[in-house]
Amino acid sequence: MADKQLLLGDEAVALGALHAGLSGVYAYPGTPSTEITEYIQAHPLASERAVHTDWTCNEKTAMEGALGMSYAGKRALVCMKHVGMNVCMDAFMGSAMTGANGGLVVTACDDPSMHSSQNEQDSRFLGTFAMMPVFEPSNQQEAYEMTRAAFDYSEENGIPVLMRLTTRMAHSRAVVTPREVRRQNEMHLPEHPRRWVTLPVNARVRNRELIADNVKFEEDACNSPFNRLTDGPDHSLGIVACGIAYNYLMENFPDGCPYPVLKVSQYPFPCRLANELAAMAGKILVLEEGQPLIEKRMRGVFPTKVEVHGRLDGTVVRDGELTPDEVRKALGMEAHPSYPASQVVVPRPPALCQGCGHRDFYTALNNVLKKDYPTAQVFSDIGCYTLGYMAPLNAINTCVEMGASFTMAQGAAYSGVWPAVAVLGDSTFTHSGMTGLLDAVNAKANVVLCISDNLTTGMTGGQDSAGTGRIEAICEGLGVEKEHIRTIVPLPKNYPDMEKVIREEIEYNGVSVIVSRRECIQTLRRHAKK
Amino acid sequence: MKVDIILAGVGGQGILSIATVIGSAALSDGLYLKQAEVHGMSQRGGDVQSHMRISSEPIHSDLIPKGCADLIVSLEPMEALRYLPYLSKEGWIITNTVPFKNIPNYPEMSAIEAELGRLPHVIALDVDAIAAEIHSPRSANMVLLGAAASVIDLGEDLLRDGIRRIFARKGEDIVETNLNAFEAGIQFAKKRQ
Repeated sequence: MADKQLLLGDEAVALGALHAGLSGVYAYPGTPSTEITEYIQAHPLASERAVHTDWTCNEKTAMEGALGMSYAGKRALVCMKHVGMNVCMDAFMGSAMTGANGGLVVTACDDPSMHSSQNEQDSRFLGTFAMMPVFEPSNQQEAYEMTRAAFDYSEENGIPVLMRLTTRMAHSRAVVTPREVRRQNEMHLPEHPRRWVTLPVNARVRNRELIADNVKFEEDACNSPFNRLTDGPDHSLGIVACGIAYNYLMENFPDGCPYPVLKVSQYPFPCRLANELAAMAGKILVLEEGQPLIEKRMRGVFPTKVEVHGRLDGTVVRDGELTPDEVRKALGMEAHPSYPASQVVVPRPPALCQGCGHRDFYTALNNVLKKDYPTAQVFSDIGCYTLGYMAPLNAINTCVEMGASFTMAQGAAYSGVWPAVAVLGDSTFTHSGMTGLLDAVNAKANVVLCISDNLTTGMTGGQDSAGTGRIEAICEGLGVEKEHIRTIVPLPKNYPDMEKVIREEIEYNGVSVIVSRRECIQTLRRHAKK
Repeated sequence: MKVDIILAGVGGQGILSIATVIGSAALSDGLYLKQAEVHGMSQRGGDVQSHMRISSEPIHSDLIPKGCADLIVSLEPMEALRYLPYLSKEGWIITNTVPFKNIPNYPEMSAIEAELGRLPHVIALDVDAIAAEIHSPRSANMVLLGAAASVIDLGEDLLRDGIRRIFARKGEDIVETNLNAFEAGIQFAKKRQ
């Protein structure tokens, strides 16, 4: 298996997991995490070994499915984008209390600079919160190695491990040398059955164990091959470099860093090594991708003898992704000579594709609302159709998180907004819209809930959507009156019919569901090629 | 040996096929490589770029520092200029001249041409027209790669082998078409010098 391969960071995690003896990947698509699962789905070893690779409805069902696999003694991988962690948080926190039986690795891909996201939340906080070890690779080879190490750590210590990637790690390619392929685990039930029933009587015991285990986890981090304290000739500064920040630091010192450096890729934060660094240099610069987790911890509240610099005092840019240039500036080094930005260039934001069904649905909706219902508010959601916000459509008023459209519309309708219209996609509907629809039915809310169904999970590149072919049946099953579940085909020639349906359902005082269905033109093109 | 390349274009234009060929050539020569890509929302008609770094020594950063790119290879003229702060003062721009206008406020072409004209090392060519001329309209990317070949410093033969490997599974005709497009790009750059 010594064949070198050119892999994305995501793919390195995927191959590392397969080679570590994976039995299942459980995931909902989300940039920048999607390629982990896609790589496993396409890999011959996955079908040969009957690895579970189906997309799940959402991150919570993913986390729970994987926890069940771990309970049964097999190795499971959970993958999601950072905000997916919020969705699976209940199960994630619970998994720290149950612990792991088969190796359980949760991969969260953070998106600093918000290339494709609504916030910059740093998943390392959640590892600390759950008292779970966190692994954060700094390059693609390490991502491969670390995934196996994370499975081993999980099994040896009976604890799930959180792997944290950031966009640049996830979506950058480099050569990876793989190792030998390991066997999968046989099914075997947990040694500590009481842990898996988190009644207070058991959970109190487990909580104290977990607190005690964290002392060991921190000592392990101090001795980890992924963490390293290296001395340098110049003790005027000491540097803590977490994850991928280490690369940006070294980029600026092609002949080696003159300062002592603590490279951190395994948490809990190795405090003993940090103290050793502080003994070498009384001034510390913290370089971490994401929010200032380590910097805040090292700085504390009261004045200390050790000066700590980083994002909080403005030495490093306060938000956004790190770059070699930002790190260079933080090191006080002069910028490379370069051209100024061109004054001719204008922004080119992403847009809905020409011929996209979401466009036609929004056009018909706009034709109705802008003309006859100027008080209408449109609550939208997460997906390609969020781009309906952009000119010239300007079709939506809100986008917050997965599923919020259906539920926010109800709260607004109750408060007097009319018409209260919600728009989400088919995959978002099955991710987090169905429960909100049941709320609407039970409350007899006066809302028009629209599902713009393109038969796929479009924004992330066309993954299977959980409810395809059953959207109307699900709505009916949840109690929406059959005559108020209306299906339309979003095409310019159908605008008159579409507008008629939208008007009728706005005028109906109750829960209406409009399913606007036409296949995503990207997946249609791909299907046509086959 | 060390070359830092910014590949630029609009989501859907296919800059990654150029990256794949260069990557294959670099790997076959035993070189180190890092290539940062854009996936996700921006692919929907937004600006996309890839940072590609090749070196005989290990590479640290996945991103090219500003002022350090040896060349910008762009399938779209305004997109070539977007990454100007990354270009080294001695660096080259190799760009398609055909604008991709999917925004209402696309600048005047004369302004783009004037700005390109002020830079010392630019090869600008209509890759779509050249590809059409040699009856390979779908190989415009390889015309652009051909025009960039002399600056990329991997050797034309390594890049030819890369094209053969990458397109092999699509059949010998497709390989030939892409090799022809690559040659047309090389010829354009030579004539110009």
